[in-house]
Amino acid sequence: MSANPLLMGHPLASTENARHALLYMCRIRKFEEAVEDLFGRGMMHGTMHLSIGQEASPTGMCMALTIQDQITSTHRGHGHCIAKGADLTRMIAELLGKEIGYCGGRGGSMHIADVETGNLGANGVVGGGIPIAAGAALASKMMKKGTVAVSFFGDGAMNEGAFHEAANLAAIWKLPMILFCENNKYGMSSSTEKAFAIDNLADRGKGYGIPGVNVNGNDVVEVYEAAQIAVDRARKGEGPTLIVAETYRWKGHSRSDKNLYRTKEEIEEWRLLDPIPKFIARAIKQKKLTQEQCDGIQQEATDAIVAAVNEAVKAKAADPAGLLDAVFKKVSA
Amino acid sequence: MSDRMLTMAEAVREAMSIAFDERPEVFLLGEDVGIYGGAFGVSGDMYHRYGSERVLDTPIAELGIVGAAVGAALSGMRPIVEIQFSDFTAQAMDQIANQAAKIHFMLGGALHVPMVLRTPQGSGTGAAAQHSQNLEPWFASVPGLKVVVPSNPADAKGLLLASIDDPNPVIFLEHKLLYKIPGRDPVPEGAERIPLGVAKVVREGKDLTIVATGIMVNKSYEVCEKLAAEGISITLIDPRTISPLDMQPVYESVEKTGRLMVVQEGPAHAGFINEVIAQMAGSSSFGSLIAPIKRLAGMNIPIPYAPQLEKAAVPQIEDIEAAAREIVKNWR
Ligand SMILES: Cc1ncc(C[n+]2csc(CCOP(=O)(O)OP(=O)(O)O)c2C)c(N)n1
Ligand SMILES: [Mg+2]
Repeated sequence: MSANPLLMGHPLASTENARHALLYMCRIRKFEEAVEDLFGRGMMHGTMHLSIGQEASPTGMCMALTIQDQITSTHRGHGHCIAKGADLTRMIAELLGKEIGYCGGRGGSMHIADVETGNLGANGVVGGGIPIAAGAALASKMMKKGTVAVSFFGDGAMNEGAFHEAANLAAIWKLPMILFCENNKYGMSSSTEKAFAIDNLADRGKGYGIPGVNVNGNDVVEVYEAAQIAVDRARKGEGPTLIVAETYRWKGHSRSDKNLYRTKEEIEEWRLLDPIPKFIARAIKQKKLTQEQCDGIQQEATDAIVAAVNEAVKAKAADPAGLLDAVFKKVSA
Repeated sequence: MSDRMLTMAEAVREAMSIAFDERPEVFLLGEDVGIYGGAFGVSGDMYHRYGSERVLDTPIAELGIVGAAVGAALSGMRPIVEIQFSDFTAQAMDQIANQAAKIHFMLGGALHVPMVLRTPQGSGTGAAAQHSQNLEPWFASVPGLKVVVPSNPADAKGLLLASIDDPNPVIFLEHKLLYKIPGRDPVPEGAERIPLGVAKVVREGKDLTIVATGIMVNKSYEVCEKLAAEGISITLIDPRTISPLDMQPVYESVEKTGRLMVVQEGPAHAGFINEVIAQMAGSSSFGSLIAPIKRLAGMNIPIPYAPQLEKAAVPQIEDIEAAAREIVKNWR
């Protein structure tokens, strides 16, 4: 299995790449389903924001990144985290409040970070990660690291001041940054029609003097291709790109959503545009994978999640004893 | 009717509805307050009853939303802004602390800002550090803001009506864990106001005075009941508005009990409740104390996610009970 989602390249470049694309989309899907299940069984507390239906976007974007490239993520961040290569057991363990969880049980779903895979963290604050990614890109530029920083955010976040300020900074300083908007059509109950006076969110790029491109966010190939162009541009020092991936969240915003702001028909329409079978069909047609291989990969993803849940459940619960010492990093002597 | 046992969410909605009916210039704006009915269901059906012209769904843009409320308020409207979680008032802090709070004073009284900012605060939902803070001291430390912290539905209704009447910016901090539970007392019908700046003596006793805010009033109440059975009688005072702060009942009570304990949810360091201690220390009632003042507050940490960690971070009923018992037993 591809343990290392490094600079994979084009999802259809090889069997290995196709396998990677499918495996990671399936891992995200199965992870989210497991989260829903843990919640339903009362094993997980707090809330959950599921990205089922959106798997192609983070997968395609991260296939254009190296492990050193950085990302900032959102409240709906499990997919970004997995696509960048995080360990599933430590993720589940975090959701279950365990010591071995990524945040030692202190952060939960909305705050998982994985420094080893360049994930600077999910974020509970809409738009909170965008300026942080600009700062990571600034550091990369100043320190000549050659890395890029990608900020994942939702359509809703584009109306926060943080988006505007960060986009402009990245543009004027030509930062190696990608502003990656997953336009799933709603910020909680606010449709993009209500929250924007423009039809195409990518048009906003013009206002900052940077390219703004639209992609089908349910097509991992299309996402990857746009991502690769943006990454190349960033690495060459030509500045940021705004990518708007058109996608849809199948599930409610969080566990308390009654879906009063959209129709069942709309949800159904988008479910037909499921990114996973779409890619399977394409990979088989292009002879990168066989149906049998695809079935095997899906099973492999399921097995990985089941194993992660089993291990995480058994892990030791986080202990309140260390909390006071956890606030500050120790000042070194 | 005496059986109107509303939840805090229902009481707040009722107060907003009364204000909507009384004055055409009152309106509500915020994220998901419309069709969704509010993230915590507080605005509920108001969108359907009053329409999208008066119940404004906004984009996710706290600075813009609060700024628009400030501008509308000083131009003749009476906005109620809902910020989905009090944590996100941070986004809007310029408009709250630099603009709304200062305009009347700084401009020589030329303008004023009759705006209410309602927002849920507090921990206990497993939403972790950026969705669970108690920010009472942020607002209480800004001159020019009135700050209301209701602990029960009946108070929430009367205090919110008074807040909407008030010609000044009022920050109205609702605790999320109180939204869905009915209060101990029925919520009166009608439109009676509860004036801002008047503390409430929730129950009277002779052994100890507890001053608590928001949800800690409820937790302390349970302790009072329990210890009453053991012969320890406690006066419980709910300031209700923390700016301005009404200390008179606290002084009067301490003169009788000789013992004071203060309880808040937020971190102890530089917390609001310290103001109660400071004013007590400078008052002529200080000499009535026969015990050191006991402070119970949250740990000086961000609110953690896991339930066992989150519980440890803020005072629980057992903590209040143990502290109350200790102060009464140890200081005679
Ligand atoms: C600053 C801030 N305001 C409001 C919220 C509450 N909230 C959480 S997610 C969300 C919707 C975000 O929409 P979008 O950016 O499109 O992301 P999506 O949920 O669709 O993935 C809202 C309003 C928040 N977390 N942070
Ligand atoms: Mg969205």
